[in-house]
Amino acid sequence: MTAVLEVSGLGVTFAGGVRAVRGVAFGVAPGEVFAVVGESGAGKSATALALAGLLPASARIQGSVRLRGRELLGLPERDLAAVRSKEIALVFQDPAFTPVHRIGAQIAEAVRAHRRVSRRAAAARAVGLLRLAGIQDAAAVARAYPHQLSGGQSRRAMIAVAMAADPYVIVADEPTAGLDPPVRARVLDTLRTVQRRTGAALILITHDLGLAVERADRIMVMRAGRTARIGPAATALTGPSMPRAAPALLRSVPRLGHTGGRANAPTVLAVHGLVKEYPARGVARRRMRAVDGVGFDVRAGEALGLVGESGCGKTTTLKEIAALRTGVVFGRDAASLSAAQRRELRRDLQLVFQGHALDPRMTAGAILAEPLRAHGRRRSEIAARVPDLLHLVGLDPAHAARRPDELSGGQRQRVGIARALALDPRLLLLDEPFSALDVSTQAGVVALLRGLKTRLGLAYVIAAHDLAVLRLLADRVAVMRRGRIVELGDAGAVYGTPAHPYTRTLLDAVPPSPPPRERPGRTVGDSWPGRAVEGPWPSRAVGDSWPGRAVEGPWPGRAVGDPPPDPRGGCPFRTRCPVFPALAAPSRRRCAEQDPALRHLAPDHAVACHFPSQGEPR
Amino acid sequence: MLRRCLGRMVIAVAGASLAYFAATLALDPRASLESRSPRPPRAAVSARLASLGLDDRVPPARRYAAWASRVARGDFGATLDGMPVRGELLRRAGASLRLVVAGGGVGWAGGVLLGAVGASRPRGVLDRLITAGALVTMAVPAFALAVLLQTAAQGVNAWAGVPVFAWTGEYTPGAAGAAADRLRHLLLPATVLTLGQAAMCARYQRGLMLDALSSDWGRAALARGLRRRTVLRRHALRVTLAPMTTFAAYGFAALLTGTAVTEKIFAWHGLGEWLIDSIAADDVNAVAACGCATAMTVALVGLLADLAHPALDPRARP
Repeated sequence: MTAVLEVSGLGVTFAGGVRAVRGVAFGVAPGEVFAVVGESGAGKSATALALAGLLPASARIQGSVRLRGRELLGLPERDLAAVRSKEIALVFQDPAFTPVHRIGAQIAEAVRAHRRVSRRAAAARAVGLLRLAGIQDAAAVARAYPHQLSGGQSRRAMIAVAMAADPYVIVADEPTAGLDPPVRARVLDTLRTVQRRTGAALILITHDLGLAVERADRIMVMRAGRTARIGPAATALTGPSMPRAAPALLRSVPRLGHTGGRANAPTVLAVHGLVKEYPARGVARRRMRAVDGVGFDVRAGEALGLVGESGCGKTTTLKEIAALRTGVVFGRDAASLSAAQRRELRRDLQLVFQGHALDPRMTAGAILAEPLRAHGRRRSEIAARVPDLLHLVGLDPAHAARRPDELSGGQRQRVGIARALALDPRLLLLDEPFSALDVSTQAGVVALLRGLKTRLGLAYVIAAHDLAVLRLLADRVAVMRRGRIVELGDAGAVYGTPAHPYTRTLLDAVPPSPPPRERPGRTVGDSWPGRAVEGPWPSRAVGDSWPGRAVEGPWPGRAVGDPPPDPRGGCPFRTRCPVFPALAAPSRRRCAEQDPALRHLAPDHAVACHFPSQGEPR
Repeated sequence: MLRRCLGRMVIAVAGASLAYFAATLALDPRASLESRSPRPPRAAVSARLASLGLDDRVPPARRYAAWASRVARGDFGATLDGMPVRGELLRRAGASLRLVVAGGGVGWAGGVLLGAVGASRPRGVLDRLITAGALVTMAVPAFALAVLLQTAAQGVNAWAGVPVFAWTGEYTPGAAGAAADRLRHLLLPATVLTLGQAAMCARYQRGLMLDALSSDWGRAALARGLRRRTVLRRHALRVTLAPMTTFAAYGFAALLTGTAVTEKIFAWHGLGEWLIDSIAADDVNAVAACGCATAMTVALVGLLADLAHPALDPRARP
């Protein structure tokens, strides 16, 4: 095996003396898929950036990175520019395009960076590359601006950039982070197809050991900046020299199979017929319903999960509750409150935001002190409370001096939770609290939230797209689709005997755990994790979408290649329903004419379907 | 868009009205007229004030209503000396506009450039020089800057033996080569404005550029194989243009009447100078006209910035 890329003794030290990478060594052969696996903070991303010389200028790098025999470390900036994308290309964790330039132009830039081609030829090549990356309406996407793409489209466009100059090595750093399972599988397939076509070596950086085992030829497990283990993927799970880090990763993969019961406690939140409209784009005076008549109640000490694919209205529901304009909160009608009463009530109800909504310029201590100060607590009281709060969420009081960028993703999420707890609330609204975290960190945050729930008697409303993780925390579940609740009830019932066909498809897309022992065949398209929930890809599949909206997109009416609008009247799910085609004609007519309302199957299990599957376990 | 226009108009009207009330309540045109020598008879002063719409025996609200209905028809009334305000206002606004467009425009462009240059090698020699220069310029008050420039220009004139620079008024009466003469007069006062604007813009631009370069898309552009210089120019500079334009627009509105000190020192007969002189002379109609002009400029410039923003940033497009 002749290695196209050879790394030895690689060390990265950040300003402030943090040693992110310490003596990592590996080699990658042409056409090989090499996975780098590790928990967050293990030094994976720092390794990726070091390979392409993209670390911040303040970082110190040691060791050697040889690409086809040529040493890359220490090359002047000008020579590095010539190497990047032509010899080594990167696919980033977050799709990164300059917001003011069109996608096609930015791909053409990569084409023209290394070859003398005309603008027109480069533009044509950009469209071709997008098509290769699996985008159907490539011409439209090339003309689009970055913010107009859905999450899946952006990743594919990033892959198109990586292919632009036929590199020898493609480094993909968590290329599927934050994507829904169905889209994730398709993006990975695309990456693999592209890599096979170009014969490049693929370095796949991920926190997901299961994914690495399935997709890679060889795996390197990193821990605390060092190589913990390196070897063929087939033996990664069974080999005798399995490092301790890997079982920890494996154990933390959430499994299905835990039940909860309805608490007999006072109702802290009751929502009925919640509607949120946004002005639609284009068509005058038409309005888009992001949330369309959602209703549920939450009791003290109970956790309600709002699940559904991105864009189903989970976050909007949370925001509407937090705005305290409607609903019955702690027994009081929010609509009739005065401004002062609302402000007081706000203390009892706190939002925990997705990922890293922390001010990068403040220390953790200052972040925790802020709500206390805003509510007029004394300085001495605040000084005593901050260490308590850190302790409460499993952090060390010394963490108070750190700024968000000096904390890991899990620690940041803990600070976010601690901030929400500062004022002793009774209800927490959590928006995708796990989506930015790797699996083992997720497990820690889940355990923390469960502990807090029992110890402090908190109630939660948790919006999440990851059903498996939610299962570990939620007592009750509301499955949302296009702004409506299609199934609501006890978590055990909804997960165990899902009644709505949509819930069943969602559950089918959850990866089985633990990951398969033997390596599955690499058939493109139908492999774990995640089968397509609905329809073919790309723009339609992503497109369980309501008029003018990509499911993954953050806002209605922006995605390129809008799917056709819904048929009027009847059950909105019937066009994608697996049950509908099998029904007899009179039953079908009922689905086509009547929009099903939520009705009870059991005391705590309701479904919006005319023909729910009753009592059949999955 | 229409709603934005309306909103801006409401703000402009409110601003102009407030300016009128401030002027009519704080200034005392009667005292100003009575202090003239020979002292005019009381009845004559009252008649004069009444003809100007400034009779202090009429309640302010009625005076305002009368003023507003005149202004709505384009009539700004007359100064205490009986000159029509409208003509003077237009002449003064023109003079200020020439100065502010020249000084502010060059200052903005220069500031953006200097900020970008500084950000291209942060903490390099050039960056430190630019930063130090900007901070010193911002710390020195405009009148000191103006006097320093005048002194320097005087030295140059003495050394050259011919008047290279000129610093009183907009032009030398009766001089040959009118355009060149005007330019010569414009140079020094415009430089004062340029320095102030450039210093502020440079600081702002530098911060925006550094944020842009360390952003995800900045790094991704480098990963695409582009040179650092190309990333700076084609991506970072381009992205920062949108916020810089809004910044410059409101800076421009503030300059239009904020140049009073500079105009005064260089005997540049613009709006700022007029405002100060009119306040000193208790000339309500002139002060109210200045307030009107400022309010309208802010509204107009805000509207232009709103129009420019979608052109520069696709995310703001409908």
